[in-house]
Amino acid sequence: MLRQVEGSKAVADAVAACAPEVICAYPISPQTHIVEGLSALVKDGSLKNCEFINVESEFAAMSVAIGASATGARTYTATASQGLLYMIEAVYNASGLGLPIVMTVANRAIGGPINIWNDHSDSMSQRDCGWLQLYAENNQEAVDLHIQAFRIAEEMSIPVMVCMDGFILTHAYEQVDIPTREEVKTFLPPFTPRQHLDPADPVSIGAMVGPESFTEVKYLAHQRMIDSLRKVQEVADDFERHFGRKTGGQLRSYRTEGADTVVLALGSVIGTLKDVVDELQLDGHSIGLVGLTSFRPFPFHALAEALKGAKRVVILEKAFSTGTGGIVTQDVVRAIEGMGIKDFTVIAGLGGRPITIASLREYLTNAMQENVERITFLDLETETIEKELSKERALR
Amino acid sequence: MSTTQIKFYQVGSFAVGNRLLREDERSVQSDPERTNALTSGHRACQGCGEALGARYALDAAMRATNDQLIAVNATGCLEVFSTPYPESSWRVAWLHSLFGNAPAVATGVAAALKAKGNHTTRVVAQGGDGATVDIGFGALSGMFERNDDVLYICYDNEAYMNTGVQRSGATPPAARTATTQAVGAKPGNVFGQGKYLPKIAMAHDIPYVATATIADLRDLEAKVERAMTMHGSRYLHVLVPCPLGWGSASCDTIKIARLATQSGLFPVFEAINGEVVASSKIRKKVSVEEYLKLQTRYSHLFSPQRNDEVIDHLQRIADKNIERYELMGE
Repeated sequence: MLRQVEGSKAVADAVAACAPEVICAYPISPQTHIVEGLSALVKDGSLKNCEFINVESEFAAMSVAIGASATGARTYTATASQGLLYMIEAVYNASGLGLPIVMTVANRAIGGPINIWNDHSDSMSQRDCGWLQLYAENNQEAVDLHIQAFRIAEEMSIPVMVCMDGFILTHAYEQVDIPTREEVKTFLPPFTPRQHLDPADPVSIGAMVGPESFTEVKYLAHQRMIDSLRKVQEVADDFERHFGRKTGGQLRSYRTEGADTVVLALGSVIGTLKDVVDELQLDGHSIGLVGLTSFRPFPFHALAEALKGAKRVVILEKAFSTGTGGIVTQDVVRAIEGMGIKDFTVIAGLGGRPITIASLREYLTNAMQENVERITFLDLETETIEKELSKERALR
Repeated sequence: MSTTQIKFYQVGSFAVGNRLLREDERSVQSDPERTNALTSGHRACQGCGEALGARYALDAAMRATNDQLIAVNATGCLEVFSTPYPESSWRVAWLHSLFGNAPAVATGVAAALKAKGNHTTRVVAQGGDGATVDIGFGALSGMFERNDDVLYICYDNEAYMNTGVQRSGATPPAARTATTQAVGAKPGNVFGQGKYLPKIAMAHDIPYVATATIADLRDLEAKVERAMTMHGSRYLHVLVPCPLGWGSASCDTIKIARLATQSGLFPVFEAINGEVVASSKIRKKVSVEEYLKLQTRYSHLFSPQRNDEVIDHLQRIADKNIERYELMGE
C-alpha cells in the first residue's frame, strides 16, 4: 500500500519489517529520524523481541552491533558523516569478523569546515572497509534496499551499508510502498549465523592472526566481496519476483541505447539527471544515464556492458579525493579499459550545494563536445577561488 | 563497614587443591572436572599475574553460571597470549573485537541474549588497565550508566604491558615505565595524576564494585560468584603484578600482590550500590618500602641513594588508603 511518508520514517518501518533483534544508535543529523522512528516502534511494543540501545558514541554503536551480531542477533544501526568516521575502527572490525550488520548511512559531508548537508564524502571514505555499499536513488529504493541488504548480508556473512542522501531523501516526503512484516517474512528467512557465541559450542572469535595466515584471511574477504556481486543481483531479482519492483541490483541504465555520451551517478541525483537526459534527448542529443546502485562490490563487467558503444562517460561524483579527483572515476576507468571510451568527471553537490537542471544542462552540453576539463567542479565560484589562491600563493 | 572474611586456599597442606584434606574441604582446584576457562599452553610470561587472575575469575564465573557464560575480551596481553591463530586457550565462548570497545561489545552480547529470550547465559567482559581506564573508558562509563547486564573485570598491571610497558592512567606515581623513565629531576611517573577506576565505577551507582588481588584467590572467586548473583553492571578491579613490566622475579608475583594489600597501597573492598560495605583487613602491616624494593620499576628510589621524600610520599598514600577504607580493622 502506498503511503505518503518521510524517507526516514519509511526506512524505520522497513527495517522494523525485517524484525531486527538489536538496534543501537547514536544521534547525528540527518540520520536521527530513522532511529527515532525505530526507538518508538520498540518502546510501544510494535517491534517485539528487539532491544534498542541508546549508546554514548558511534564507536559504541558499532561495537554493540558487533557483540549482538556475533551472538547471532539480526542487528541494525544508522549513522552519517562524522559519526561514520568516529566508528571506523569498529566498522573494519565488523567486516573483518564477517558480521552481517546492516547500517544506514544518511550521507552527509565531512568537516572541517563543519557542514551538515548532503554529499557522499562520508561513505566514500569507507570505500575500502570491506562492507557492501548500496546507494538509493529514491525513498522507495531506500526502503527496498534495506530489506535486500539484510538478506545479502546474512547470506554472504558480510555487513552492508545502505547509503541514502541526507535530507534530500531522509527528510523528503514521497509516496512509498513499505512491505509489511508478513510480506518481508516470505523474502527474508530468519537469520542463521555461520558462527556465533554459544556456551554449548564455545568458539573463540577474533583471534590474533600473524603473517603466516593474514594474507589468506584478507584474500578470502576479497573473494567474498567479489562473489557478493552476483548475490546483489540475485537478491534484487528475487525481490522483484516477490514485490514486483525493479530496485537494487548492480546498476540500471536509462535511455542509453545508441548514446554517445553516458552519465554515471549514484544516489538521488539520478532523478535530476533523468530529467536532464530527457530534455537533452528532446533537443536531439545522444545522451543516456547509468545509475550505479552497488559501489561495493563494484560491477566492472556490468558497467563495461552498459557503456558498450558509448564514446564518452561523464562521472558525476558527490565526493572526491583531495589532490587527485574522482573516487568512483578510478573504478570506472578500470571497467572501461581498452574500450576507447573517454572519461570526464564532474564533482557536484558538495556540502549540500543544489545540483540544478540548468547547471547540469550547461555542463553536459559542453561535455558532449568534450569541451570540458577532465575534472570539473560544478558551479565553482572561480572569482573567489582566484582571489584566495593569489593571496595564499603570495604568502608562500 | 564490615570485614571481608579470609578463606585460605592452602590449609595445612602444600598439595594443590588441598588433596590431603577431606573431599568436601578441598578447593575446587583438586577436582579434575573443574571448569577450565583458560587452559594450558598459552603464551603468557612466567609468573604472569593476569593469566592467573583471568583463569580464577572466569572459572568462578563459569561455575556460578553452570558454564552458561560468554566472555568478551579487549585487546591486550590477555588476548594476544591466549589466541595466536589457529590456537586458543579459551574453553568458554569468547569474542575479541578491539582495544577500546569491550564494554560496548559485551552490551551487544547481553542485548542479543535478552532479545532472544535467553535468560540463563551471562556475560563477562575483561581487559587490562589501559583498555579499562584509558581507551575504553567512555564505553565502560556508557555501559555502567545504562546498567547493562555485564560483569566487567579489569586486570590491572598498572601500565601498557603488551606494547612494552608504557604509562597508563593506572600507573602509580614514581613508577618507571617506558614513557615515564627514571631520568631527570623527578624520575618515574609523576604524582597527582592517574585515575582510580573503582571509585569512578561507584559514582555510577552500579549494583556492585569490588577490588581483589591474585594474592587472595578465594576472595577473588567469592567476589566473582557474588557478582554473578546480581544483574546490571558490575565491576571488579583485580591487581595482577607483571614480572616483565614491574621488574620483579617470576616467583614473586603473588608475594608482591600480597605486599600491595598489606602495605595499604592497594585497598581490597566491596561496594554495593555505590557505598563501600566491606574491606579486607591488613593482617600484618608492612611498609611501602618492602613492596617497592622487589620491583626494579622503583629501583631509582633506592639507588644510587634512597629517595626519602618520594618513599615517604608513597607511604602517606598507603596510610591514607588504610584510613579511608578502614583497612586496619577495629
